[in-house]
Amino acid sequence: MSRQSNRSTDSKKMNSELFTLTYGALVTQLCKDYENDEEVNKQLDKMGYNIGVRLIEDFLARSSIGRCQDFRETADVIAKVAFKMYLGITPSVTNWSPAGDEFSLILENNPLADFVELPDNHNTLIYSNLLCGVLRGALEMVQMAVDVKFAQDTLRGDNITEIRMKFIKRIEENLPAGEE
Amino acid sequence: MADESLFEFLHMEMVSHVFTEQQSSKGEMDNKDRAVCISVLEAMGFRVGQGLIERLTRDSPSFKDELDVMKFVCKDFWTKVFRRQVDNLRTNHQGTYVLQDNKFSLLTQLSNGKEYLDQAAKYLAFSCGVVRGALSNLGLESVVTAEVSVMPSCKFQVVVQKL
Repeated sequence: MSRQSNRSTDSKKMNSELFTLTYGALVTQLCKDYENDEEVNKQLDKMGYNIGVRLIEDFLARSSIGRCQDFRETADVIAKVAFKMYLGITPSVTNWSPAGDEFSLILENNPLADFVELPDNHNTLIYSNLLCGVLRGALEMVQMAVDVKFAQDTLRGDNITEIRMKFIKRIEENLPAGEE
Repeated sequence: MADESLFEFLHMEMVSHVFTEQQSSKGEMDNKDRAVCISVLEAMGFRVGQGLIERLTRDSPSFKDELDVMKFVCKDFWTKVFRRQVDNLRTNHQGTYVLQDNKFSLLTQLSNGKEYLDQAAKYLAFSCGVVRGALSNLGLESVVTAEVSVMPSCKFQVVVQKL
């Protein structure tokens, strides 16, 4: 954490502009590379997944957070620690399903989508789909299979940006047969 | 505030995406394909550099001359983008500048020596574009190349095009 504290708030803010603009350049490039929005969404998710499986190590090392007891705790850690650490925002956790296996993250302002306007011919593009991949990849590395998708997005005219997360199953660690 | 490691991971994914995209459409890659990849990354950086410099120079006074612009890039711009100042700025006073960064942020995680030197070019193309884009919006058309002899130290050569 020490390497964060000696940076001024101003330079951190600039960093986020670099990140936002770079992400924008990436999405633009993907839209050139692929013919339709679905392909772009898929690719963003895949890239996010690759980031997530590595980011989790960075996160666990820096946050010194141990294993979560249940999905509610996982939700809290994601919203209050992880989002805060990497994007500087704290989404709110709402809309729990009765079984407690599904919840929504509401993003007040999406840092990925600063300065962004979607042109009319890209109305099925899920601009920030990278985030879904990151969440899925990171959770998979801590033995949780989770389904993540954007339920609402302000870029596409909704009032809020909502990421819906659904717990699928616990991934059993692959022990060799006969060992416990 | 976005975290720097997030940016680093994103940058790595971008590089690998651009390269695998080119590879899958062709099969084998030759030098020409690599040059295409490098220029795609450079172009992405260019756009980012243009955007960043607009935000950064919003409140700064206008620049006296070319050297003044370069100094701004080495100090303020570099600090905001790469989180440190350029260590050494040299010029022949005829439009060629060499910016040396002894600990370039995108190389520090790769290697500390001569290992993976052949891979360095891919990870610098984007940054070259960022610098070129920034200079372009400050009124200097230029060609920016990077050269590495030992990681993580890196020299950027800027050749300003005279109109």
